[in-house]
Amino acid sequence: MDGKSAPTRSKHGWYWLLIIPFIATLWPPFYAHEHPIVAGLPFLYWYLLVWVVLVGVISAIVFAITG
Amino acid sequence: MNWSAFIVFAVLFALVTAVGFWAARWRKGDLSLLEEWGLAGRRFGTFISWFLIGGDLYTAYTFIAVPGLVYGAGVAGFFAVPYTIVVFPIMFVVMPRLWRVCHANGYVTPADFVRGRFDSRGLSLAVAITGILATLPYIALQLLGIQVVLEAMGVTGVGILHDLPLIIAFGILAAYTYTSGLRAPAATAVVKDTLIYITVIVALIVIPAKLGGFGHIFSVANASLAAAPKPASIMLGPKGYSAFATLALGSAFALLLYPHAVTGMLASNGQKTIRRNAVYLPLYSILLLFIAMFGYFALAAGIHTKVSSLVVPLLMLKEFPSWFAGFAFAAIAIGALVPASIMSIAASNLWTRNIYKEYFKPTASTADEARVAKLVSLIVKLGAVIFILALPLTYAIYLQLLGGIWILQTLPAVMLGLYTRWFHRTALLIGWLVGMVIGTVMAASQGFVAIFALHFGSFVLPVYAAVWATLANLLVSVVLTGVFNAAKVASGVDATSAAQYQDAASGPIGA
Repeated sequence: MDGKSAPTRSKHGWYWLLIIPFIATLWPPFYAHEHPIVAGLPFLYWYLLVWVVLVGVISAIVFAITG
Repeated sequence: MNWSAFIVFAVLFALVTAVGFWAARWRKGDLSLLEEWGLAGRRFGTFISWFLIGGDLYTAYTFIAVPGLVYGAGVAGFFAVPYTIVVFPIMFVVMPRLWRVCHANGYVTPADFVRGRFDSRGLSLAVAITGILATLPYIALQLLGIQVVLEAMGVTGVGILHDLPLIIAFGILAAYTYTSGLRAPAATAVVKDTLIYITVIVALIVIPAKLGGFGHIFSVANASLAAAPKPASIMLGPKGYSAFATLALGSAFALLLYPHAVTGMLASNGQKTIRRNAVYLPLYSILLLFIAMFGYFALAAGIHTKVSSLVVPLLMLKEFPSWFAGFAFAAIAIGALVPASIMSIAASNLWTRNIYKEYFKPTASTADEARVAKLVSLIVKLGAVIFILALPLTYAIYLQLLGGIWILQTLPAVMLGLYTRWFHRTALLIGWLVGMVIGTVMAASQGFVAIFALHFGSFVLPVYAAVWATLANLLVSVVLTGVFNAAKVASGVDATSAAQYQDAASGPIGA
């Protein structure tokens, strides 16, 4: 659908990286725990905080590669 | 009356008013054209788009409602965090595609796109009406943000005097939106976010220190939630997993389908601007996570209220000196004006392009369109004021809940339509109707809650009603597409071309 030239098509494969934040944050068994506590924050809270940062990092990587 | 808070509030409000009117002259364009008034000429770059879309998606209502929810329901309210995480990958992939096809064809609204793509007036009308219906209660709830901070400052009176400050605030908003169009919320959004970021950073430095640190706040909040009549917790239990995850996922898709979100995106100067913003916008989600914790701060600070929208204002009054509380209240009130302005513009664009021009005056010129849209933006705001002042608040909250369910029913036509024209237009229309009815019945049947539990034998699955409704919508759309295609029912002509969806790297379209 996207792109006629081969390089563009292969670069679009990097878009699959964007699926990672969905798996990491929409499956609560991964993070619905209290421990370990960091800086007073139960695991669930700082895990989600870390993922807010990571979603930006992952998008930045995909942006840098695909333009 | 808290004068020192009110004076700071009034000065900041006056500043924003000046910025709103000045915006008409900013990046000058012919404001008698709908593309200039309603999309600011599609020329916002990364920096301004960041403020505009951020101000659009993270509204005052969010800042009031999310901590209010956490205050009463504990961790369940934190679904807002995964929601505002996954929304950005979706935005990164889908919205540049929408931008390209709309830019190539001069589309202003999502219903314009559906009209062109599926050659269907009915489906386009369905998308436009859904957008308007979902947006109106949202605008009304922004007013609530202004109302609660005025109340917290002790701005009270009897009869008409009681409502006058709110009416003045919205009157000012209506006036500068009328004259400046989308330039007004874009310019005021810069001020709004500066105030919000300062408020939250100060709150995070000051409040946990006063309350004995995060560890102590969480344990006090947990004890207090457990002791409530409807016990809650700071930790998510297995029974809450499916509701938490589906609320996050459904809300993320719904957010990008809201007309005001589409308006914000289409006003950017290119698809790269949208992608770059999908990278930078999560910064607001960090803010949101901490704002959600204000609900716990309030529990730990011993704030008692039955009105969840007062949780944040009461916390600010208790923990901040009154002049800084005034600063924070200005941040919230101005945070209500920005999205209310964009929402009213988006609703006006839909009315003008997809109802007025389509059904009442097909010969309307672009100048006619702009004139009607400006007028409608005034009517929409007047309606919102009447709504919030004359009807019980619960109506607006219920309608906003339904609005989220409804807007998601445009997903097959608008979002899947960007990728495929396989679906038959009539199948999509019937699927939309089925989704609307099922979603509304599910939410209404239990006294307007977002979660609906389906029983499969002894297995119970509580899921966001909007997600159930969308699954039904998709199922009907798929099955009926098969039926209509087999019966060779005409499916119209696609006014868009494959090249118009391609990105800059592989085609000539786009910037």
